[in-house]
Amino acid sequence: MGVAKYIKDEKGAIKEVTYQSGITVKPAYGPEDLEQAGFEYKKDLGAPGEFPFTRSLHPESYRSRAWTTRQYTGFGTPEETNKRFKLMIANGQTGLNVAFDLPTQMGYDSDHPLAQGEVGRVGMAIDSLKDFEAAFAGIPLDRIGSGLTINAVATIMMAMYQAAAEKFGFKKEQISTTPQNDILKEMIGRGAWIFPVEHGVRLVGDSIEYAVKELPKSNPVSICGYHIRESGATPAQEIAYGFSIAKAYIDNVKDRGIDPSDFVGRFSFNFNVYGNLWEQIAKFRAARKLWAKMLKEDYGVTDKKKLWLRGLFGGGGSGLTKEQPENNIMRGAYYALGAALSGAQTTALCSFDEAYTIPTPRSALLSLRTLEMLMEEVGLRDTVDPLAGSYFIETLTLQMEEKIVEEMKEVEKWGGMVKSISNGFIQRKVSRQAYEYEKGLQSGEYRKVGVIPESERQESAKSGGTEKSDVELHEYNEEWAKHSISSLKEVRRTRNDKEVKDSLKALEKAAKGKDNIMPRLVRCCHAYATVGEMTGVFRDVFGEWTEPDFY
Amino acid sequence: MMKTTNKIRVLIAKPGLDGHDKGAKIVALALRDAGMEVIYSGLHQTLDQIIETAIQETVDVIGLSIMSGAHLPICEKLVAMMKENGLDDVRLSVGGVIPYQDIPKLEKMGVAAIFPGGSSFKEIVAGMNQLFD
Amino acid sequence: MPNADDIRSGNKLAGARLIQLIEKSDPNGFKLLKELYPDSGNAFIIGITGSPGVGKSTLIDGLIEAFRKMDFKVAVICVDPTSPFSGGAILGDRIRMQRHVTDKGVFIRSMASRGHKGGLSRTTKDCSVVLDAMGYDIIIIESVGAGQAEFDIIKIAHSIGVVSIPGAGDGIQAVKAGILETANIFIVNKSDRPDADATVESLKMMLNMRFSSQTEWLPRIYKTNALDKTGITIVAKAFLSHLKFMRQNDEWTRKRNELERLYFQSLLEDLVMEKVLEFMAVSKEVEAAIKRIGSHETDPISAAEQIADKILGF
Repeated sequence: MGVAKYIKDEKGAIKEVTYQSGITVKPAYGPEDLEQAGFEYKKDLGAPGEFPFTRSLHPESYRSRAWTTRQYTGFGTPEETNKRFKLMIANGQTGLNVAFDLPTQMGYDSDHPLAQGEVGRVGMAIDSLKDFEAAFAGIPLDRIGSGLTINAVATIMMAMYQAAAEKFGFKKEQISTTPQNDILKEMIGRGAWIFPVEHGVRLVGDSIEYAVKELPKSNPVSICGYHIRESGATPAQEIAYGFSIAKAYIDNVKDRGIDPSDFVGRFSFNFNVYGNLWEQIAKFRAARKLWAKMLKEDYGVTDKKKLWLRGLFGGGGSGLTKEQPENNIMRGAYYALGAALSGAQTTALCSFDEAYTIPTPRSALLSLRTLEMLMEEVGLRDTVDPLAGSYFIETLTLQMEEKIVEEMKEVEKWGGMVKSISNGFIQRKVSRQAYEYEKGLQSGEYRKVGVIPESERQESAKSGGTEKSDVELHEYNEEWAKHSISSLKEVRRTRNDKEVKDSLKALEKAAKGKDNIMPRLVRCCHAYATVGEMTGVFRDVFGEWTEPDFY
Repeated sequence: MMKTTNKIRVLIAKPGLDGHDKGAKIVALALRDAGMEVIYSGLHQTLDQIIETAIQETVDVIGLSIMSGAHLPICEKLVAMMKENGLDDVRLSVGGVIPYQDIPKLEKMGVAAIFPGGSSFKEIVAGMNQLFD
Repeated sequence: MPNADDIRSGNKLAGARLIQLIEKSDPNGFKLLKELYPDSGNAFIIGITGSPGVGKSTLIDGLIEAFRKMDFKVAVICVDPTSPFSGGAILGDRIRMQRHVTDKGVFIRSMASRGHKGGLSRTTKDCSVVLDAMGYDIIIIESVGAGQAEFDIIKIAHSIGVVSIPGAGDGIQAVKAGILETANIFIVNKSDRPDADATVESLKMMLNMRFSSQTEWLPRIYKTNALDKTGITIVAKAFLSHLKFMRQNDEWTRKRNELERLYFQSLLEDLVMEKVLEFMAVSKEVEAAIKRIGSHETDPISAAEQIADKILGF
């Protein structure tokens, strides 16, 4: 996925190049292109670290500090996760990134029928505060921050994190939690949603409002263009839909009378890096500029630091192939090069075997070395935004900016992101694009090195075919489920039933009205109400979402 | 009575909690473009819901999309439920994240068509049509 | 082969199998349908129509809930368009009703339009006969469009609801399509939009101009929106009010007879057409006529008249 469309003549010369985002590329660029595009240094570029930040958020960028890399953890039982956490901290990691199992992500307790076969499989199983206490025992939560990969029940996990910290004697003002908390992208591309769109956004708004007032060190939202791109969106749409989603959240909180300057500085993003190298670089530069402009012009934010497009540019899973998997090592290197040339602050790379298995230690190390090499060996730290001033890159950045704005205007025309997702406009567009792209790959219209298109496969089958590795799966351990369920039974047995009932009732009242549900959730967590019980209250009050047509 | 052409009716279902449905959606589109009638029942389906849908819609094929790796226990259970509910002439097919080594196990269980990730649209359409030759 | 008694007792597999036979034009299917016909005629058939994207399926999902709370057994037939290019279809309306799928008192069947304009066909009616015989109290039929098709909702449903959304000009469209004459209940969905009230007002105006009699059912207008369930319960009750009205005014019997007559007409048309097409495919006379037309010995009109007279024996 992500390959540009090339039209070649009989001799193999390229006659036409069209990027996924819809931009056509000329054979050569010169100063006249910059002129034609209306390029103006001050308006469109500026110095590194100066508005509109096209070149970089910081004046020195990698010269002062190399990019940070992330490693996810969390699987099985909270106790095992706790051991892993302590190991990573001992190895110098300064932040934790927590994954949760599917039942937790979907608001079900480990003994729910739908949880069968899933407890602890893709992440940690959390049923109540007791599990969080086990997971974060002995961790200095005033010094170590935690990213929580959780969305539909992010409010519950945030509340539980606070409750656990308080149990350990920390104050909520000291702790730092970064839940992913981007429900709108779930509805487009990841599928871990529960409630209808408007209610999902209300919960995000509640968590942001609460963070502003009570959790000053926490970052309440990480908007993921990443998954939207994985579902079929073009690079321009990835940014456009990401920003439109950000607007939906900002507007929700702004309507409560809170100044966007008080919270936008703590938004972060998660963007994808696969595809055409130049398209990605132009995308990120244009994104930095547009974000700063949008916050300044639409929301009156003036503080420089709050205009920054902070985030993780990485991943690239959709670009990898099952065929000839070692090619993915090189692909990863090129994607990472694009991220480095784009000045990514934080990055992560899918490992070469990720298309078909859980990364082995060896492949994880290769990814790490790939990232290290760029920073420490081949010169990506030497100077800020080295491609600035290039006729091609600056023209392309302006064109990408135009495309992104165009896509955002279309969302506005449909009534904004909430309406666009409720009605299915985005999902339909993205599904159709994914389908058309896949057809193009299978017909040979788009080419990936090492992959033989379906239409040509008959011949290659005779000559041996392409080598395809077999898939390896996340292991599933029955013991995790047994452990979680017995722990859950114990919690239900020993807690104060009256306090659970009262706290859930208070939660229900807040959910039905306009009061912020966060303090009520904290109370429920302290009472050892379970994830299933708290989500159950929301299910009763909000109902469950049903998807609109995608076709 | 007025003749209508016979169409293959396929249920595309995603059992369990996994939300990765890009594959299921593009396969649904491909099967439609191949002239089949696709009943798409959405995410987060329980096996009971899948069976009930298959009954009411008299589908010719139940097409499961499983990206979670749980295809063996799910298919085993579903095959048993299909028998219990009188769906003897309905075929079961499964696509998604399926290791090649599991294919013989699935076939032994009674799964009629298996499409591991990377199967082309042509292969899937041909595979579905072949079930009724 | 499904068993008639099984179907009468509401066995879903048996009923679905019969619907399948009918869709495949299997003669055994029609044999069974004839046997079951006397067991039909009890269900209240509601048609829900409106342009794509107005929220019909979500409304029906709410209606199912409302009717189930009143202890009625509900069946739904959803029709989705067949692709004119491939002949295939994606039938996805049931997603929005899927929470009812394991409810014993609910049956949801998806059908593709298979080229029939407006989506409905005589097969939809056949299907409703089966569901009626199975014992469903209420049968809801969802279709796209309103009143422009050869076989449309007015030939099947006792009560018709038209769903529209504010600002889409649907109110005006409805007038143009003649739906004003046939719709019994108007539902303005997504009523949280600012222009919802204006849409309701313009509909009211148009209806007041059209209806003046005391004995006719004055179509009612309701506002609904997906976030508010109470609005849908009111719509459900409105349909039941319409049913009560029809029963009290003898309208029910008149309507049932009319629907039966229309059904008979459709069946006759289809049967005759089928025979004619069969004949045309093999007839030497038709072959000869085509040749004579080609060589200009006769014209298409005369040739057609001649053969038609012969077939019908007039």
